[in-house]
Amino acid sequence: MSTLGEATMTGQELFDYKIENDLKIEPKDWMPEDYRKHLQRQMSQHAHSEVIGMQPEGNWILRAPSLRAKVILLAKVQDEAGHGQYLYSAAETLGKTRDEFINELQTGKAKYSSIFNYPTLTWADMGAVGWLVDGAAIVNQVSLQRTSYGPYSRAMVKICKEESFHQRQGYEIMAQMANGTPEQKEMAQDALNRFWWPSIMMFGPHDGDSPRTGNAMKWKIKRETNDDLRQQFIDKTVAQAEVIGLTIPDPDLKWNEERGHYDFGKMDWDEFWNVVNGNGPCNKQRLQHHIDAHKNGSWVRKAANAYAEKNG
Amino acid sequence: METSKNLIKLLYRLGDNTLIYGQRLAEWCSNGPTLEEDVALTNISLDNFGQTRAIYSHLAEIENKGKTEDDYAFRRNERQFYNALIVERPNGHFGDTIARGFLFDAFQLHFYQELTKSNNEFLAGLAAKSLKEVQYHVRHSGEWVVRLGDGTDESKEKIQKSINDMWEFTGDMFATDSAIDKLTEEGVAPNYNLVKEKWTKTVEEVLYRATLKKPEDCYMQKGSLSGLHSEFLGHLLGDMQYLQRAYPDSEW
Ligand SMILES: [Fe+2]
Ligand SMILES: [Fe+2]
Ligand SMILES: [Fe+2]
Repeated sequence: MSTLGEATMTGQELFDYKIENDLKIEPKDWMPEDYRKHLQRQMSQHAHSEVIGMQPEGNWILRAPSLRAKVILLAKVQDEAGHGQYLYSAAETLGKTRDEFINELQTGKAKYSSIFNYPTLTWADMGAVGWLVDGAAIVNQVSLQRTSYGPYSRAMVKICKEESFHQRQGYEIMAQMANGTPEQKEMAQDALNRFWWPSIMMFGPHDGDSPRTGNAMKWKIKRETNDDLRQQFIDKTVAQAEVIGLTIPDPDLKWNEERGHYDFGKMDWDEFWNVVNGNGPCNKQRLQHHIDAHKNGSWVRKAANAYAEKNG
Repeated sequence: METSKNLIKLLYRLGDNTLIYGQRLAEWCSNGPTLEEDVALTNISLDNFGQTRAIYSHLAEIENKGKTEDDYAFRRNERQFYNALIVERPNGHFGDTIARGFLFDAFQLHFYQELTKSNNEFLAGLAAKSLKEVQYHVRHSGEWVVRLGDGTDESKEKIQKSINDMWEFTGDMFATDSAIDKLTEEGVAPNYNLVKEKWTKTVEEVLYRATLKKPEDCYMQKGSLSGLHSEFLGHLLGDMQYLQRAYPDSEW
């Protein structure tokens, strides 16, 4: 009975062995500092995205056009709060607290997905967000189920089940509107026009322009590149749009027999970086909303702590 | 015939209570003091919408005028709503929402408890099913009253004021009219005096644990059973009904 050779392996060697053999890195394992930092950044950004993402959809809960639609949307936004909770807990295993992560968000040190810096202007946007934004998130998150960090991987497995409901529910709204009155159809097409390009840019810059992709792939945090994930999303979404009679706003979109994929037009990276850097239509509003809610809740959290201390 | 007209009035009252309360709680989405609280308030909101849908669907059945649950929610005006005044009160700060919630949840608990004995099959079933939900609601809001009351000086002052401010709207929860009185006589609706006695005990118990004062007896606002509401209700309905009103020929 002994640990035999393992005892003589360094932390780095054990880490490399796990990565090499597709085993999960767990919180108590030794890991390179850059690996830890990379995950802290990525996982907290993911958690923040779930939480900030509650706002654009929350914008329509009070105005949902049927009780059924209201309940579905409210439950969906509640799921996103739950995803935020799992992801903060998973990220906390890397040695920072939720409070620290939230502070980074509120001081602009941490980002969240830029897609949520676009406004939701009509009810059709609830369809577009579910169908496209959750749809894009699924492609990314399915891939992340195989990420090398155990707690992150398990959080993704749990979350993906719910995301596929969200995507179907969003698509259902789009389908209903696309087959509704002319006004509804116009709203649906308009929502698709506004959300299409930001959605495909959710996967991030082209691989060549994405400086962190290299390490993330080497460490198997990321399992597929931005461009591969984007292509998967486009390939599956084009047919869905056709089925409900909506047109994807890209004149260059064309099936490429040779590649076995759709070719598509140029994305506007100036706009992308502009929004990432704080100039999207809702950046300031989203962050301020989060800060205000947090501030308004401060006396409540203090009271709960004081009560818990007094009453064990 | 008379019974069914009375029953319809009671169903409006019950469905409107949970609809307006659910809508108010939904306003908390992304505004809670913690993520956990966002989830909890959303749960309570969802339960209330679920009860609303059951009630309106049944209403549609017995009215038999080809209406759907959505017609009741989205196609009635301010003066046609019969919810208790307390549920339309604005959310205010978290303590205000908790005070409103606790006073109403405790009412729902005892109301439904009594309603399980109704000789009307639908109402007894609704009550039995909803009871499990409102037990959770009143535990949630009651625990918060205690935490805030026995938390910090600031939270104690705040929640005491919230309870005091909400007090004048509690009498209206127990209001009855000739329709509901008739139903109580017939064993369809509960005895509201009994509900009030039990409610008072629950409220006193929680306020005691929270080290809070029970507000003094005061004038009680009234009118909801005649469709007389605060100015706030119209705004709530304006948001809620906007799409159905703006696109009356659309299905969603
Ligand atoms: Fe998401
Ligand atoms: Fe999510
Ligand atoms: Fe989602």
